[in-house]
Amino acid sequence: MTAQAERRWAEKASVLGAEDMERVLRRIAVEIVERNKGLERVILLGIQRRGVYLAARLREMMKEAEKVKVPTGELDITLYRDDISVLADQPVVHSTSVPGDITGKKVVLVDDVLFTGRTVRAALDAITDLGRPERVQLAVLVDRGHRELPIAADYVGKTVPTSRAENVEVRVKELDGEDRVVICERTGGTESGVEA
Amino acid sequence: MEWRHKNLITLEGWTREDLGFFLDQTEYMEELLNRPIKKVPALRGKIVMNCFFENSTRTRASFEIAGKVLSADVINWSSSGSSASKGETLRDTVWTLEAMAADAVVVRHGEVGVPDYLAKKLTKASIFNAGDGTNGHPTQALLDLYTARQKLGNLEGAKMAIIGDVLHSRVARSDIQAFRKMGAHVTLSGPATLMPENTASLGVEYVSDAREAAEGADILYFLRMQRERQEDGLIPSIDEYHRRWGATDSLVSLASPRAVVMHPGPMNRGMEIASSVADGPRSVILDQVRSGVAVRMALLYLCLGGVR
Repeated sequence: MTAQAERRWAEKASVLGAEDMERVLRRIAVEIVERNKGLERVILLGIQRRGVYLAARLREMMKEAEKVKVPTGELDITLYRDDISVLADQPVVHSTSVPGDITGKKVVLVDDVLFTGRTVRAALDAITDLGRPERVQLAVLVDRGHRELPIAADYVGKTVPTSRAENVEVRVKELDGEDRVVICERTGGTESGVEA
Repeated sequence: MEWRHKNLITLEGWTREDLGFFLDQTEYMEELLNRPIKKVPALRGKIVMNCFFENSTRTRASFEIAGKVLSADVINWSSSGSSASKGETLRDTVWTLEAMAADAVVVRHGEVGVPDYLAKKLTKASIFNAGDGTNGHPTQALLDLYTARQKLGNLEGAKMAIIGDVLHSRVARSDIQAFRKMGAHVTLSGPATLMPENTASLGVEYVSDAREAAEGADILYFLRMQRERQEDGLIPSIDEYHRRWGATDSLVSLASPRAVVMHPGPMNRGMEIASSVADGPRSVILDQVRSGVAVRMALLYLCLGGVR
């Protein structure tokens, strides 16, 4: 975790600005309503950490448009990761809080970026331990490709072709002070302390 | 924040920041205990050896449950019936455990310093002190801290009274260290015969009158009293002890309105604690037990992961 944090990423291109982000989320909210023929038994589950904020926004948009308060929760997948034993440091755990029993519900998982699919795999395992939903759907703000598992999103904000050397950063104002999606590129060394 | 501790022998080297981070992680671990399926794969393939050379029910069970919820394999190794009773040295026992590829060894021992000694002998496995003689019981202190923080919020400036046999209590030693680090003021009370000589050097105050210690306290911590102490002439009589230093309704009524009553268990009802207090509205004794599992989950998770 730290080695990665200390790597230097330089911003290369802006993919979505604040207004684009809002527009895209509104479209996803509409699609969720459409696909599920309303919002009955729909639950939004944001994946820690940025998915949580995106889920909260979808919830607000649905409330405005449909006058329905969709139960919304947060899901931390850290303890289900498949790379725990190969990381240098233990990843930090965040809170999981699910609104009631998810059995029989339509769960929409919300995440910021869909990349290898491993996070979603972990999230599906976590959900299985929490109950047995009628169905699980996946909403992501950005799909950047490079899947390592057979996983696809049901709702995609924007598909962004990337190279593996790049990183897609979703910034939300609650955590990062701004709403923006950027592509970053590694400029410095791969380990700590190497200047760009 | 980055976690730097591989072992837990004593909380001495833990900063206040470490403690705060640890308690936050514990909170998320506790949520797992409310799930219909209390199991996550985080520590799959890890082996945790519970080595108790002294009796224990709750600490051992608590480590065992914690390991199992995180999918580690937990093996209980007790001194009776083990090779320790056949005269094997501690060092050989531990090397045996490591040869069996244990990733963590939880140890309780009657002698002070055993966990520390083992930590120096073991090269790979993590060591967790589950109580060494009268020296320390750091996971108890962590679960006490967690429970108190959950009930009272920030512990900065909180008043704590630890009442009873401090002299023989490893719980008291670890708790004093932990609660002071989080900014609490600690006052001790109990018979003078059961107090360590150096209370001032521990950074705490001693008053012989329990009522003085309890006055306005936010945390009333009663220690387990062993009956043998009376035979040793260290306490006058069980009745008198109970009247003067036991957790009675009248003593508890002196504490602050938000006060919680804690006890490390197992309790001697009618001795250091009255049933009406143990089962009363201020008691958080069962919360402590529950916190114990979550705390040990956080400990195993944080110290056992990563590349070795």
